[in-house]
Amino acid sequence: MTKAQIVAHILPMPAQDRRILGAAVALLAVLAILPLMASALVVDKLTYLFILIMFAAMWNLLAGYAGLVSVGQQAFIGLGGYAMVRMVEAGLPPFPAIFLGALAAGAVAWVMSWFVLRMKAGEFAIATWVIAEAIRSMVSFDPLIQGETGTSITALNAYAPEMRRLTIYLLSLVTMTLMIWGAWALLHGRTGAQAQAIRDDEEAAESVGITTFAVKQRIYVLASIGCAVAGTLWLASAITFQPRTSFGVQWSVFMLFMVLVGGIGTFIGPILGALLFFALQEIFGDFGAWYMAGVGIVAILFALYLPNGIVGLWLNKGRAEPLSMRKLLSQDR
Amino acid sequence: MLEAIVQGVLLGGYYAVLAAGLSLMFGVVRFINLAHGDMAVLGAMIALWFVQGAGLHVAIAIALTLPLMGALGWLMQRMIFERALQGGFLIPILTTIGLGAALQNGMFGLFGSDTKSLGAYIGNLSWASWEIPGGIFIGQLPGYMFLTAILVLGAVHVLLTRTAFGRAVRATATDSEAAALCGVDARRVHRGAAAIAVALAGLAGIFLAMRAQVTPFAGPMLLIFAFEAVVIGGIGSLRGTLIGGIALGLAQSLGAMISPQFSLLAGHCVFLAVLAYRLMSGAAAGRGGWRATISALFFHKSMLRGKS
Repeated sequence: MTKAQIVAHILPMPAQDRRILGAAVALLAVLAILPLMASALVVDKLTYLFILIMFAAMWNLLAGYAGLVSVGQQAFIGLGGYAMVRMVEAGLPPFPAIFLGALAAGAVAWVMSWFVLRMKAGEFAIATWVIAEAIRSMVSFDPLIQGETGTSITALNAYAPEMRRLTIYLLSLVTMTLMIWGAWALLHGRTGAQAQAIRDDEEAAESVGITTFAVKQRIYVLASIGCAVAGTLWLASAITFQPRTSFGVQWSVFMLFMVLVGGIGTFIGPILGALLFFALQEIFGDFGAWYMAGVGIVAILFALYLPNGIVGLWLNKGRAEPLSMRKLLSQDR
Repeated sequence: MLEAIVQGVLLGGYYAVLAAGLSLMFGVVRFINLAHGDMAVLGAMIALWFVQGAGLHVAIAIALTLPLMGALGWLMQRMIFERALQGGFLIPILTTIGLGAALQNGMFGLFGSDTKSLGAYIGNLSWASWEIPGGIFIGQLPGYMFLTAILVLGAVHVLLTRTAFGRAVRATATDSEAAALCGVDARRVHRGAAAIAVALAGLAGIFLAMRAQVTPFAGPMLLIFAFEAVVIGGIGSLRGTLIGGIALGLAQSLGAMISPQFSLLAGHCVFLAVLAYRLMSGAAAGRGGWRATISALFFHKSMLRGKS
């Protein structure tokens, strides 16, 4: 079959998916005008939710679609934040620094990728974590950061609190939308198909001529930039940069929880996982350590008994995966 | 300088004990337990509870803690890890991270956040020292810990090389299907290995509680140290683990001479350098040796693509 013949056999998007997309567009429109009527608290909470969704979507791109289970994405959250702090210190306005800082973290991810992507799964998981720790130590040496004390982006205080809150909210909403749309385009394109082939069987993917390293590298760098943007947006709302918080392994635990509980390797799963994680944090967050212990136990139970997450519940009933990244071909040949 | 080297070597014994369990699990059960450091902290907390809460002597507390930790390892292998291992490479990583989060925060909820130490319960051992020729002082506690580490690792080595259980472990590690055909019950072997690994983690945690403080959230850092020692020394050999532990201890104590913050960074750097060297020499062997790789790097970039 020629390529054109295959393309002709690809089924159009299922009606169910089109309904989900329509609802998502309507929801985004509502979220865009929401700050006009919602309280400051709601706006802050929603900003945090958008950031969580970005983290989940990016980690899913890595682990769910490229098979790269990283426990070290906090390296880019911290690095992006550090680059932002440095850029603001050098006189750049804080809002452009959010994105430029993340790009700087992406450059480091590109350099690191030559090294870490050659490792086996378990090695990759811990080596990325050790690198995050090493970068944290180095960042703490910077006199500006004052060791563990950290520093505040005081330039952000120059803006009125209302205006700052609204800007960060809208930036987060737009970035999240672009990121999800970007992930959609990437996964529906050539890279997505190649990545899924590598994840399912690396040797077979190589034998049909996929340059596995280049595909993994592309996804690793993009997902790292994505995590860094989400991290710098979070930093812009938190204002204070502390190495221990920004480079903390808890970010990876959060990402893992959201993706695993939602449904790893599905498009919609991580978004559901982020919503659930956010809801749990709102309801049980006051219990502090016991809440986090509960999160750990829930993660174990999902990993052992429902490894496909919430979306898995749906799939187990024999229904089609919503927003599947697989291309469906019609039966008539 | 000489004193830092001696201290580094002695510290290496502690790291070797910490790393031995991780290495054993990785070699036999083919599985990286990301909650290994948290198990060590749990061992320390249990021993501390026996001493502070129940008022037992430290030696008795240790004698009670180690079998308890072994039993815990056996149970966890049976209840959690066995099931996780059926799910490919992803599920074990996710499960043990979740276990780590549950252990850290559970211990925080039970024991609080204040740092705890066994140092106050071991008499003058924590500061007493021997003087050796050359004016160097060796702390008695690090000295005894190093000796214990060698004895324990030696005992595990004898167990693995001289007993029927050890034969079964080695057979399962080499080829678990072939071992099963010869009548070795792989699940029993795995549970036994997990029991030894977690007991070793508990011992390392007790060492930590004697020489410094423990907090409920110390586990992830201990896991990193253990993993570094395992990778530096090479996976799957106890002698390698001891060498790796000593190399890590040396790097940290020499790094600490530059500045206190540099200590951990020096360890991380040695680990990353060893890992990079191993990856590159592996890649080089795949392309016909170092010389071919270097020529490929400079002249034939396309050769480097494709391989991952």
